[in-house]
Amino acid sequence: MKLQVATRIALYAILQLASDPRKQFAAAEIAERFGISVNHLAKVLRTLGRAGLVEALRGAGGGYRFRANARRVTLLEVIRLFEAVGAGDHAEREPGAASSEGRALGRVVEEIDDIAEATLGSITLATMQKLVEDERRERPKEPQEGVARAAGQRRR
Amino acid sequence: MMTMSHQNAENPARTFGDVRVRPAEPSDLPEVVALDAENTGIAKAAYWKDRFDWYAGHQPERFFLVAQRGGGLVGFIVGEVRAWEFGSPPSGWIFAVHVSPSARLHGLGTMLYDAICVRFRKAGVSHVRTMIAKDAQLLLSFFRSLGMIAGPFVQLEKRIEP
Repeated sequence: MKLQVATRIALYAILQLASDPRKQFAAAEIAERFGISVNHLAKVLRTLGRAGLVEALRGAGGGYRFRANARRVTLLEVIRLFEAVGAGDHAEREPGAASSEGRALGRVVEEIDDIAEATLGSITLATMQKLVEDERRERPKEPQEGVARAAGQRRR
Repeated sequence: MMTMSHQNAENPARTFGDVRVRPAEPSDLPEVVALDAENTGIAKAAYWKDRFDWYAGHQPERFFLVAQRGGGLVGFIVGEVRAWEFGSPPSGWIFAVHVSPSARLHGLGTMLYDAICVRFRKAGVSHVRTMIAKDAQLLLSFFRSLGMIAGPFVQLEKRIEP
């Protein structure tokens, strides 16, 4: 399963904001941490704001703040703000979908989608925070995004 | 599946506030039946009597624990050590857990889980497993929050044609 860029940015941002719900984070701070475009992040944050998950604070000390319950919001809820999970109805309209082969393939894909949906729907932002902490313990020094990208380019 | 290395070492008969986790006794049977019925809507007295006969008492690798608050029960957890099913080395298996809705959000589920894991560890196993319906989101989220992830087995089923 590959998440779209906007979805990944949204998940990074909301995890950062939920890490300290009392703190206001500047968009530039989040963008720099994950090596993403501030403009793209701002669009994503507006969507998260409309969904009531984050709030924008104006003024000199403005920024964004998490405003939901991290123990109740799941990955599935955030992902669905940006993309469909699973093949969806459009898969039934694709060429060959009505054939017996297409229907048989649809059953297998549906099985996989069901598992993906159950998994994403069971992992809350609070659980994700624990996984993030586990990662930090296992690898305390995170590479800076710019450095990581440069290293990746060298490897290629 | 989850390894048990990250869990807190603790007293199996630990207390939290006025709640105590302890092994089930035969006299707990009516309350366990009532707790299960509260959750499922079906009172299965004969089923739980059978489970008590098999799991309650002081079996070395079968555990039926209850959470007691004051004079009444507010939850239970049941599990056992299973070995060599489909080649799996011995592991802890949780097949039932329940906390009364009126007692939720106080960490009782985690307390029951921790208590049974202490017993699993003492029985010599290093992994704990369970199986949950895909649409049981609350229960799935609970076990996920404890760090459980998909294990090495995939559950399959098929309707047996008449």
